[in-house]
Amino acid sequence: MSSADAVAAVLWVGATAYAVFGGADFGAGFWSLVAGRGERGRRARELVDWAIGPVWEANHVWLIFTLVVLWTGFSTAFEAVFSTLFIPLSLAALGIIVRGAGFAFHGTARRAAAREGAERIFGLSSLLTPFFMGTVVGAIASGRVPVGNAAGDPVTSWFNPLSLLIGALFVATSAYLAAVFLVSDARRADAHDLERYFTRRAIASAIVTGVLAVAGIFALHADARFVYDGLTSDALPLVIVSLVCGGAVLVLLEHGARRGVRLLAMAAVVAVVWAWGVAQHPYLLPTDLTISAGAAPSATLTALLIVAAAAVVLVAPSIALLFVLAQRSLIAESAGPEARPKPRQIA
Amino acid sequence: MKGRARPSRSIGAPVLNSLPLAAELEAARSQMAFTLAFHIILASLGVALPAMVLIANYRGLRRDDADALLLARRWSKVMAVTFAVGAVTGTVLSFEFGLLWPEFTGRFGKVFGVLFAIEGIFFFLEAIFVAIYIFGWERLRPWAHFWAGVPIVFTGLGGAFSVVAVNSWMNQPQGFSPTSGDVTSVAPWKVIFNPAVPYEVPHMILAAYLVTGFLVASIYAVGMLRGRRDRYHRLGLLIPLTVATIATPIQFMVGDTAARAIAADQPVKFAAMECVQQTSTDVTEYLGGRCTTDGIKGGIGIPGLDSFLVGFSTSTQVTGLDSVPADDRPPDNTMLHWAFDAMVGICSALILLGLWFWFAWWRRREIPQTRWFLRATAISGVAAVVALECGWIVTEVGRQPWIVYNVMRTEDAVTQASGVWVTFGLVLALYAVLGTALVLVLRAMSHRWRAADDSDAGAPYGPAAPPPPVLAEGGQ
Repeated sequence: MSSADAVAAVLWVGATAYAVFGGADFGAGFWSLVAGRGERGRRARELVDWAIGPVWEANHVWLIFTLVVLWTGFSTAFEAVFSTLFIPLSLAALGIIVRGAGFAFHGTARRAAAREGAERIFGLSSLLTPFFMGTVVGAIASGRVPVGNAAGDPVTSWFNPLSLLIGALFVATSAYLAAVFLVSDARRADAHDLERYFTRRAIASAIVTGVLAVAGIFALHADARFVYDGLTSDALPLVIVSLVCGGAVLVLLEHGARRGVRLLAMAAVVAVVWAWGVAQHPYLLPTDLTISAGAAPSATLTALLIVAAAAVVLVAPSIALLFVLAQRSLIAESAGPEARPKPRQIA
Repeated sequence: MKGRARPSRSIGAPVLNSLPLAAELEAARSQMAFTLAFHIILASLGVALPAMVLIANYRGLRRDDADALLLARRWSKVMAVTFAVGAVTGTVLSFEFGLLWPEFTGRFGKVFGVLFAIEGIFFFLEAIFVAIYIFGWERLRPWAHFWAGVPIVFTGLGGAFSVVAVNSWMNQPQGFSPTSGDVTSVAPWKVIFNPAVPYEVPHMILAAYLVTGFLVASIYAVGMLRGRRDRYHRLGLLIPLTVATIATPIQFMVGDTAARAIAADQPVKFAAMECVQQTSTDVTEYLGGRCTTDGIKGGIGIPGLDSFLVGFSTSTQVTGLDSVPADDRPPDNTMLHWAFDAMVGICSALILLGLWFWFAWWRRREIPQTRWFLRATAISGVAAVVALECGWIVTEVGRQPWIVYNVMRTEDAVTQASGVWVTFGLVLALYAVLGTALVLVLRAMSHRWRAADDSDAGAPYGPAAPPPPVLAEGGQ
């Protein structure tokens, strides 16, 4: 494996993590949006708030990480993608701004008179980012992003059936992941009604995601032949892994299984993202720019790999600590009344 | 356009493209300037506020000081909200590297990008430990909780280093070849430790501590002016003001060194800062005035001082703007000059405020209680922010017309996509809402605290709500 391929793998790890964790966050925003009025809707929204709080920030750092690795390791591809796809990426950024602001402020917004409207806006913003990120992926996979500064068509590059379908697939995948996660969170919060509520939604969104994925394969066949050929040859094992995991999730959800559902759901998504990567290998921008042709000089690649190794050593244990503390409810609890000056240990 | 092949579209119609391109360039520069100016305030808080929180936290635990602990707890909530908003505005900036300046990043991303990758690690760790610290007040053991906050201080410093080093590199580019066309070789160490790092990085880190210190202190000064002179308010003023007044004189010296280094490294930028039109010795230092090609109009002149400041002798030669063609000079010369003067002037005034504070402390072991001292402290926060913005105007506008000094012009870096005016308008509107919401939320938190309602509903760092069933049952 060349160092360019290694950096491409690092890039894919970042993109995968963002797809899973960022996706779950946007999906949670989606469920907040469609929860509706009334008591059950309110409780569903509260569960979403409670579950996301401690891990929100870290989830979104993956995006920055991915962008930075892309522009450092493969500057030419970054330039091509961000100039040709100016419109969908601007709209994705818009979603990130509004979603982030919603996250930062909604604790207070919850009390405000206009909270319904505010929540709607935050929820809608959760649709924007995954959808337009999906159209970006569709544009890249179908070879509509040529090398250069805005060399591709500013509109048809992403506004085409394949890109729109992948956009919809991204929204569905986010909702699916979020629903699966929220089933576990509801259980952790001892909210059995919400456990059933999100189980039903997880099953429904899993089916929608599966249907869109199958439609996507037909669209790839028609419009992105190189990636389609890759998916049905080199990447076929990963496609099968994804199908099996997705199917297993459905069965486990039906039976109310407690273990393994989240891992399998994540595995299904991870397998698809890597299937895409394997399918378009050795291209960054099929079929215009290969990984080796688009790669930075070797010193930069080496430095990036060292940084990535440092990230594994430093960030992985920290993030594990965060997730463990969150799962044990050691950091998710209300800070309680401040009149009690000294923080106490309860657990 | 130098170096890289442009897409055929623009080769075919260079004349048609040149007019809208100039307009897009203005839009891109405006959007970048605006989003950066907004982000830098939050970034400064992100770098320095954790230190204030931990000082208060340490004092609270060490001396069993309930007021200090309460301050730490409340500041950490402010930190949480500014950190979350700062993460958003920072993400926007990373999008803008591609959306606004694709040719800059396309050509040099492979050169400066490693610094952002390093920053990514720091930011990641910062996000993780901020979350643990914010959410850990109640259930972590007190000292374990304190130590969970300590990494935030260091990751803030590391992150500031990485990002500011990129800006330093844009001012003093090195460590890559060839200098025209596609970069084929990179020397990462020379990029990371470029010649502008030793003065630009400390200058920004000190600025962060100074701005944060005066901002926090100013809030408690306002409270004391309104009659809330209890120990809680005095401590809330004392901790940040101590940090800020230590940072200010050091900042003045670092800034002075930076100005001299810029006179040597980027003489045209320095000439624009000081309105020096012709290269000569015995150059007069002007405070204020209007810069014209015929020399400065108005302003207060001190003969020979500019030369003296550059080389400790009035016979030092100072390079003038006439040393380069008009095309290579920074625009908006008067604004640049005023921004520089304002920054230095504000820093000087803040040093005086610090002397006042330390003298009183030395005499009476107490914050000066006069209204004039509190008024001065109350405006010091805004003044420090103005100085911060002025500093960035000096370094960014002063680098123009170059995006990479003497290597790549800003006009060659901008996107060929149309629609930047639309996104700029959108960004202006969104950030206006974001800024207003931020201020309103912080005010609402402060009002709640004053009403001694310390419930965490509406806590800054997103929701800190208990699990829904508890809410559903009790609701209080």
